[in-house]
Amino acid sequence: MASSRSAELKTAPLLAGARRAEPLVWASAGAVVLALLLLAAVLLLLASNSFRYFWPQPLVYLESDQLGPSGSLGIVLGRDTGRRAQNAQLLLLRGAEEFFQSPIIWLDEDRIRSRQQPKDAFAVERADRGMVFGFIEALTVIGEQRVLSNGSPSQVLNAVQNAREEVSRLSIETREASFYSIRLANGQLVDLPLADVVSVHLPNSMNRVEKLNHFAAGVWRFLSEAPRQTNVQGGVLPAIVGTVTLVLLMAIIVAPLGVLAAVYLSEYAQSGILTRLVRIAVNNLAGVPSIVYGVFGLGFFVYAVGGSIDSVFFADKLPAPTLGTPGLLWAALTMAILTLPVVIVATEEGLARVPKNLREGSLALGATRAETLWRVVLPSAAPAVLTGLILAIARATGEVAPLILVGVAKYAPGLPVSGEFPFVHFDRQFMHLGFYIYDLGFQSPQIDTVEGLVYATALLLVGIVLLLNVAAVVLRGRLREAFAGEEIFR
Amino acid sequence: MSRYSINVRALKRAPSRGRDPGVSLRVEDLNLSYTRSQSDALHDISLAIPSRQVTAFIGPSGCGKSSLLRCFNRMNELIEGCTVTGRVWLDNEDIYAPQVDVAALRRRVGMVFQNPNPFPKSVYENVAFGLRIQGQNKKRILDEEIEKALRAAALWDEVKDRMDANALTLSGGQQQRLVIARAIAVQPEVLLLDEPASALDPISTLRIEELIYELKTRYTIVIVTHNMQQAARVSDMTAFMNLGRLVEFGETDTLFTNPRESQTEDYITGRYG
Repeated sequence: MASSRSAELKTAPLLAGARRAEPLVWASAGAVVLALLLLAAVLLLLASNSFRYFWPQPLVYLESDQLGPSGSLGIVLGRDTGRRAQNAQLLLLRGAEEFFQSPIIWLDEDRIRSRQQPKDAFAVERADRGMVFGFIEALTVIGEQRVLSNGSPSQVLNAVQNAREEVSRLSIETREASFYSIRLANGQLVDLPLADVVSVHLPNSMNRVEKLNHFAAGVWRFLSEAPRQTNVQGGVLPAIVGTVTLVLLMAIIVAPLGVLAAVYLSEYAQSGILTRLVRIAVNNLAGVPSIVYGVFGLGFFVYAVGGSIDSVFFADKLPAPTLGTPGLLWAALTMAILTLPVVIVATEEGLARVPKNLREGSLALGATRAETLWRVVLPSAAPAVLTGLILAIARATGEVAPLILVGVAKYAPGLPVSGEFPFVHFDRQFMHLGFYIYDLGFQSPQIDTVEGLVYATALLLVGIVLLLNVAAVVLRGRLREAFAGEEIFR
Repeated sequence: MSRYSINVRALKRAPSRGRDPGVSLRVEDLNLSYTRSQSDALHDISLAIPSRQVTAFIGPSGCGKSSLLRCFNRMNELIEGCTVTGRVWLDNEDIYAPQVDVAALRRRVGMVFQNPNPFPKSVYENVAFGLRIQGQNKKRILDEEIEKALRAAALWDEVKDRMDANALTLSGGQQQRLVIARAIAVQPEVLLLDEPASALDPISTLRIEELIYELKTRYTIVIVTHNMQQAARVSDMTAFMNLGRLVEFGETDTLFTNPRESQTEDYITGRYG
């Protein structure tokens, strides 16, 4: 058998090898394509839905048997073909939640009598209680009525925006006498406070540039403002700050700890059964469900360590806990333990890859083992350490489950970092993008109205992970240049 | 920093220094074994290496010549399960005595390896390494010592304008001379060269050999080589080893022209398998 096969090989044409390898090439290339397609699909889903959330959507005036004599004005959030009902339905966001039973309504498509996009329909985003759609008819600034009846929609828009600017400069008491009168789709004319207006626009008569401005302003508010109305509106700045602070703090804790542990395991520990067991245990720790770390963090850090600190240093404040309660420090420590195995494994591999002859060269010059480690081995392994940190950061940024137990809050009144001493508030609870997504997407009573916000937050989280990683990759590139043993380290 | 201030720290000089003025390293009944392989790697080696001369170790692969060389700066200790018995005297001090500081020993006995192994740092920092280890961080002194070492290694003219370049950008031959400069910057007494030219091209090899010839006025040099012509060209004394034993040790001219042992003759005439 063996001899006949070797005879075959001898007579095989030269290209046969390449042809035999082709299925493998196809399979591996296919795997890459599939992986990239899946990633692209996720990103596209996030990006397109986020875009829809910020880009001005047309205001549609619908008349339907379901609505009685008057129609309804709003944004079409989605279309459902027979999942919730037999017929296709439209999901309309009509806003003004205090005047309607619900800010959203499902309308049977075949019962819709007419559909139009009125040029003079306004969309008003309010600081409180969501959107209002309607036709602005009058404006009262500090008790004084301003006539708008003859103006074109864009003139009215200007007047409202100017009035809003004026009002925002007023004191709180005088603000109350300023309001705009808006006619809702059901014919009701309501007076609403001007001070409550976040933005106002005419979605159906905006040109591209205006839409882009509106889009940019919306994105900016999303990134730079605190959430309002139990998070269903406003921005996510506290969550961004919380996420980044947590991850950086975690990196500061995990880097030295992981590197030292890896140094001991790979440089000093005798290679025996015990070391091998420790190594296996460390590798397996990476597979422990993150919620387990959360429970550990709550039991050990928050209650045991935090509680003990309280009883020793803050005994006068008890029973109110000072550090014995979930907070930034405990969350960062928990995340550090969670990501420790990644850093240890990567560092150990990096140390093992430092060529033996570099160590020998250093030792032969009279350096001790510690000097060799510090001056030659660790700098050469630094890129590998950073690779471990990159993986750790990526994992920690996306992790939510343990945080629920050890410090994340649905809404935190203060940021975890501030300009006042001690600048980083280790005891504070913080907001986190991942938890924000979970809370908004799965705990909020009206998911349909916040869906766009959830997608935008998810995209932002991906962006932050990307940004942190790029920073670390750039740093690693610098280090590699500095220790340019190309054939060794690349 | 003079070489004595370095050395005195751990290796106390015996009062009898100078009793044997011509000998730098003396080996007595040295045996070396690795636990992994059952057989001994070195058997009952005894020889005296003259100071400020070049001594070459030749022999077939696996004969133990590198192991013997690594006994002189105790590099064998890095290999797990390596046991050495017997004595090695460096200027009448037993380097295997229990109180010896191995790091201090290695400052007195420098070593250059088969493959150039500069650190992934600048040319300057490579040569400065040994000095910095000794706590020398004054720029003026470092500059001076580094230039001296690089000149001694015949590399100064080639690298004086690129001291900040990464050492790995140098050619193989330059790297090997840099490593020699790095070794002599700490002013050792003995320089161990483990096949220093085997990874180099003929021209670089020639430069290394010229360098060895110049360096022997200041240092005791022990060189392991596969290349008998090289041994004949550069060395004053030659030791022929086979199967972990020292077969013959004598002046190079005698050993190559008129070997005592038939094994030696077989090897140098190429009859050895």
